[in-house]
Amino acid sequence: MANIVSDVICTFCGTLCDDLEIELSDDGKKIKEVYHACAIGAEKFLHSQAEDRITRPRMMQEDGTTKEVSYEEAAKYTAKILCDAKKPLMYGWSSTSCEAQSVGHEIAEAVGGMVDNTATVCHGSSLIAVQDVGIPSCTLGEAMNRADRVVFWGCNPAHAHPRHMSRYSVYPRGFFTGKGAKSRKVIVIDPRKTDTASLADAHLQLDQGRDYELLSALRVAFRGEKLPDFVAGIPKDQIYEAADLLKSGRFVIIYFGMGVTQSLGKNHNIDIAIAVTRDLNDYTKAAIMPMRGHYNVTGSGEVLGWQFGFPYCVDLSRGIARYNPGETSSNDLLVRDEVDAAFILGSDPGAHFPISSVKKIAQLPSVAIDPHLTPTTAVCKLHVPVAFVGVEVGGCCYRMDNVPIESRKVVDPPEGMLTDQEFLTMVLAEVRKCKGV
Amino acid sequence: MAEYLIKNGFVFDPVQGINGDKKDIAIKDGKIVESVGASAKVIDAAGKTVMAGGVDIHAHVAGPKVNVGRNFRPEDKKQAIYEPGRGVRRMSGGFSVPTVFKTGYEYANMGYTTVMEAAMPPFYARHVHEEIRDTPIIDQGAYPVFGNNWFVLEYLKNGEAENTAAYISWLLRMTKGFAIKCVNPGGTEAWGWGLNCTSIHDPVPYFDITPAEIVKGLIEANEYLKLPHSMHVHSNNLGNPGNYETTLETLKLAEGISAKNDFGREQVLHHTHIQFHSYGGTTWGDFESRADKIADYVNSQKNITCDIGFVTLDETTTMTADGPFEHHLCELNHLKWANTDVELETGSGVVPYVYSPDIYVCGLQWAIGLEIALLAKDSMRFHMTTDHPNAGPFTRYPRVMKWLMSAKARDEMFAGMKNEDKVRDRTGLSTMDRELSLYEIAMMTRAGTAKALGLSHMYGSLTPGLCGDVAVYDYNPETASDPEAIEKAFGKAAFLFKQGELIINDGEIVSNGNKRTLWVNVKTNENPQVERDIALKFNKFYTVNQNNYEVAAHHYVPNPYVFEIDATV
Repeated sequence: MANIVSDVICTFCGTLCDDLEIELSDDGKKIKEVYHACAIGAEKFLHSQAEDRITRPRMMQEDGTTKEVSYEEAAKYTAKILCDAKKPLMYGWSSTSCEAQSVGHEIAEAVGGMVDNTATVCHGSSLIAVQDVGIPSCTLGEAMNRADRVVFWGCNPAHAHPRHMSRYSVYPRGFFTGKGAKSRKVIVIDPRKTDTASLADAHLQLDQGRDYELLSALRVAFRGEKLPDFVAGIPKDQIYEAADLLKSGRFVIIYFGMGVTQSLGKNHNIDIAIAVTRDLNDYTKAAIMPMRGHYNVTGSGEVLGWQFGFPYCVDLSRGIARYNPGETSSNDLLVRDEVDAAFILGSDPGAHFPISSVKKIAQLPSVAIDPHLTPTTAVCKLHVPVAFVGVEVGGCCYRMDNVPIESRKVVDPPEGMLTDQEFLTMVLAEVRKCKGV
Repeated sequence: MAEYLIKNGFVFDPVQGINGDKKDIAIKDGKIVESVGASAKVIDAAGKTVMAGGVDIHAHVAGPKVNVGRNFRPEDKKQAIYEPGRGVRRMSGGFSVPTVFKTGYEYANMGYTTVMEAAMPPFYARHVHEEIRDTPIIDQGAYPVFGNNWFVLEYLKNGEAENTAAYISWLLRMTKGFAIKCVNPGGTEAWGWGLNCTSIHDPVPYFDITPAEIVKGLIEANEYLKLPHSMHVHSNNLGNPGNYETTLETLKLAEGISAKNDFGREQVLHHTHIQFHSYGGTTWGDFESRADKIADYVNSQKNITCDIGFVTLDETTTMTADGPFEHHLCELNHLKWANTDVELETGSGVVPYVYSPDIYVCGLQWAIGLEIALLAKDSMRFHMTTDHPNAGPFTRYPRVMKWLMSAKARDEMFAGMKNEDKVRDRTGLSTMDRELSLYEIAMMTRAGTAKALGLSHMYGSLTPGLCGDVAVYDYNPETASDPEAIEKAFGKAAFLFKQGELIINDGEIVSNGNKRTLWVNVKTNENPQVERDIALKFNKFYTVNQNNYEVAAHHYVPNPYVFEIDATV
């Protein structure tokens, strides 16, 4: 009989599917097959089984080669660069568990770190908008059970969150949406003809960077006021039609992604998208939700919130928590040469930050804690490989709708490998020694 | 474990009838004891007030909506000094929605040792427990919300009392919950469609059950399960002029029901933040106090308790599982509005609010809370809360004590109001000269709350055998005359013990204690129908698998204190 582990949580994206089944070898040590996951999720589980996986920390040498070091040495080095620094950047946190984040925050508090997560280049602008105008939202299941109007704005779940539409937003038969996709009208707003757009009842293919205008036009249309012939490249009739479609729904859900958060207008786009949602609540019921990327970027914001009071860009360097995105955000700190060490865990700025920032990381005393080899590990002085959260160790993760789910351990990590929580605990002990507390 | 002797303090312990007598209190092995040996450490409490550790029956201090409040209000951090870490303390900040560390420290500073989180959305129970775990010092429990839960609505609609109880026992176990909370019964489910239930007879859309049936059904389920605490209700129509009638109708649902439990609890219904539910008038124009009607009724009914929800006239953050109310509030004040509807279970909203003494409605709200507390005939059944942070932050309890204990302090507040005459005219408070004693304050803040929670065998008194939770305040009841001294002393305990461990020594926090999470594990008869219904709903309508729903103890509840109850028949 096959050795199957069920109800496994997929720790890849913010969709955090929890229905995976994983087939193990008879001795329970190897993953053979992954069921129910999307292609990306399955690959994550299978990738952990790679024969050539790095299993010990490696220090970069002066000649550019790497040398294997022990976890003890790695912890000492990490603690030293953090303690020696006046203002270390401690970035990432989005691909790890809340337990590891908590230990990391203790380290950051002790060394006066600048704690920032991947929202800084993703949904940080959404977080700022929420601070301006709030956010009427709901859980994914609430939308599944009730929503008959679904809007995807600047996001492409067909590729970025592959099971989102089948599990939550478009296809499932919910309690009040018993006909599944037939119960719902889908509107996609995107300058590109994406695969998601190809499934939509209406695709508003707006001019790139003109989201604010179109959202504003929708608010005008809700009120039945006059519009110019075209807004953002969309004919006014189409806008009135879309407005009527939304107003006539019993429950509207708007999902939005990086197409609006990181294009021209940034947080102002989200401000007005939320205002659109508030407006709709005068006519029917409406909710809006950011399509969070990393599987636990949401959790990072939550843990930072209850421990320090801010969701990202948290400056602990003055002994108290400060928050000022633009000043305390990673890229601003890096390009202004304000940080003197880089500690990166659970994310890959080497692949996602501007090259000017990556060059700065390469010049700093730096450590990357990550199961994979990434562009970041290639530029950091020390790479500490750790067990995969959700594959080789469990831990709490927050879904894109802030729902906490405890990920499971499926197999043991390669012998002698530490989890990030274990490694951080060692670093914390070293930091305490160094600081004499 | 160290032994302690707290000598010569003025002791207030309503449970033992001790009213300011000079007595010694001994602590050993985590408990209050009759006496200790000569080697015990002596705390000189001469000229000071000694009480059991405070017990808060209702505060929003942990969980998803509290954290929304923190994260979406960076400005709240500017309202209080952000304190750096020192000694055993982590850095801590925030005013109306403090960080978890500040929550623990500030409760300790007020001499409080037990705090109940007032509303836990079951689907987010892990989040609540993660925050509780990180909150130092205080023992905590959390109330899962049931008043809009689809299982409960369906079972009660069909008159299936036993199934309701079986489901509740299952959910308490899954979420590690402590009591049955019911917020705007039916109204939050209606909010799923943008609607509300504003009276106890408004039918819930689709489910076709009334709030009255929900409240009554949950009270009965609570007694069936013999839980430590009673059903804990936030009734319909909160915050609206004229709502006192809805409140009275809700309270009347408890008539004729008596308490069944082994925890010494006498009430079957606890009405929370009753201040928000004691309003007369028909619009904001003729808004007035109906504190008298509400207090009279609660006075007359031994099987009801309430907490007040004192308005403290601060800028604060409102948050509740009453989703439609928060939408209503943001339409009133036009500030930012956060809302989360939770599949099959509940909803919630968060809106900042400024209670300004210049606005007569706010002034009246302030007066109504005090009026109810001063009309109370038995302070064991009228409890101190600010519905933190809804009517004001919990850190204002010492200020509320000052108002309750001093007519002079109240007059000063009246005098500072822009619409003093209008406020005085519409509440009975302006003519009341009652001043509560420390004995009555001890009832409102520990003895009464511990009893209502079914925890009087652990907390709320200095009776030997109870937990060694003791607070010493630098307040001399014989000589103090300035009301400001009350606020100062009760906001900064001189000494605090939690389970016999010294937490505050001479005003400084020296230990994070060994906090516990209280939850109730109640056993009911095996119930295949409920098991089948649960499996079905998880298969079809939840977005998390049933096997991923339970809050595991190891991480989320690392130091549990479990109440085991047998409700099998």
